[in-house]
Amino acid sequence: MRAVVTVIGKDNVGILHKVSGICAEAGGNVIEVTQSVLQDMFAMIMLVDITALSCDFSELVDKMTNLGTELGLSIHTMHEDIFNSMHSI
Amino acid sequence: MLNVYDILETIRMIQDECLDIRTITMGISLLDCIDTDIDKACEKVYSKIVDRAHALVPTGEQIEKEYGIPIINKRISVTPISMLAAACPGGDPVKFAKALQRAADTCGVNFIGGYSALVQKGFSAGDEALIRSIPEALAVTDNICSSVNIGSTKSGINMDAVKLMGQIVKETAERTADRDCIGAAKLVIFCNAVEDNPFMAGAFHGVGEPDCEIHVGVSGPGVVRSALSKYPDASINELADIIKKTAFKITRMGQLVGARASKLLNVPFGIVDLSLAPTPAVGDSVAHILEEMGLEMCGTHGTTACLAMLNDAVKKGGVMASSTVGGLSGAFIPVSEDAGMIDAAAAGVLSLEKLEAMTAVCSVGLDMIVVPGDIAPETISAIIADEAAIGMVNTKTTAVRLIPAIGKKEGETLEFGGLLGSGPVMPVRQQSAAKFINRGGRIPAPMHSLKN
Repeated sequence: MRAVVTVIGKDNVGILHKVSGICAEAGGNVIEVTQSVLQDMFAMIMLVDITALSCDFSELVDKMTNLGTELGLSIHTMHEDIFNSMHSI
Repeated sequence: MLNVYDILETIRMIQDECLDIRTITMGISLLDCIDTDIDKACEKVYSKIVDRAHALVPTGEQIEKEYGIPIINKRISVTPISMLAAACPGGDPVKFAKALQRAADTCGVNFIGGYSALVQKGFSAGDEALIRSIPEALAVTDNICSSVNIGSTKSGINMDAVKLMGQIVKETAERTADRDCIGAAKLVIFCNAVEDNPFMAGAFHGVGEPDCEIHVGVSGPGVVRSALSKYPDASINELADIIKKTAFKITRMGQLVGARASKLLNVPFGIVDLSLAPTPAVGDSVAHILEEMGLEMCGTHGTTACLAMLNDAVKKGGVMASSTVGGLSGAFIPVSEDAGMIDAAAAGVLSLEKLEAMTAVCSVGLDMIVVPGDIAPETISAIIADEAAIGMVNTKTTAVRLIPAIGKKEGETLEFGGLLGSGPVMPVRQQSAAKFINRGGRIPAPMHSLKN
């Protein structure tokens, strides 16, 4: 089971650190990261293995959403199934 | 394999284009709650619904979080209550409505549908008493929806029921005149009603359905409009292809959510209803899709053709995305719930007659249309008869949900708020159809009902 974390917003110091910190705290293993900064816009997509989470997935979602609010970023944490089912036959 | 473009497309659909799951609806059979003592029957109804559906809302919320997709409503549909009322003659059917309301409050669902009767060929025990109790039932409850099936391709149209429903619609509006006639917005009259419809106000749990099941109704007019806007010069068949691809994606999401809900609740998965259901929110309008296709305003000449293409393409795209498609499946055109329709009706471009033509090619009927408060009950009946005739002859579901705006006339507006939106009072013909309606009897089923 994997989750996709997307982060979009104004670039700042330590975004990747904070997001991956929350993953580590929850027992999520970061598998892949793509990131780009265009002018001062930060965009990151992170693939996280959630098989061995130490908390409920919904708790991880809440923590990420709260971090987004705190940093003024748009952070979405979604189960990968939604992307797989929408975009592949 | 996931790619960045797909991920961002999904997020954009949800964030900017109002993509959502409109409803997960649990269908519950109440046939085992029948009792000759109405109070005992009501208690059984309450207990069974709460037993089956107590986890529906928390499960819906869990899925919302898991997939990051909003599920706007959690609903329940039940066996037509007239079947339970039939066992307790002389009992007041409103007691069932109150028991349903209590169950809705306990479970925290948005609506329970099924305060219904199926009378396409005639009234059986319990049917007439239930129908006559609809105005009170909808006035004393908040979250209960009612429907009556008055015709079918197989049986013809029960004109006695059509006549009665004209009076009931008017009375239901009058009983809730202090609340913008909201009662009538929770009452729908069908021809060819479907038994697995997850959408309100017409949802009920048919007798051929299993004891308990989960249906999903998807939405997403905003996504379709946005997809079309990227191809301003495409031909119509290219547009149809774009709609099909978009409908496929939307429906896959519905299938995923339904399968997940079914697993978590340990209840069989029923159907995905792949309807484009608008809301009054900006960017969530079916009318705006038609306008994106090239109409200056919805309701002008060409509207029926555009809608026919849209409805067909939605089905073709969606049908491969789901293991079981059902319900109404197509495009909805509820006037008060669609920002583009509201504008077109207020501008006088979208008329009742045009809407009637549109219902011949889309999935439902005359939906959420506000008519003058002084409308004669026979006129309402005649509108129902016209609409039922379209459904009967074309072997499709048609429905009528009219809201007589008590105390208001053409040019004024009713405000329902929320998903139900607001609607301008639309003019109706002044010439009477009373003699026709008062004849009673039945319109015989058409020739093509004899298929065996």
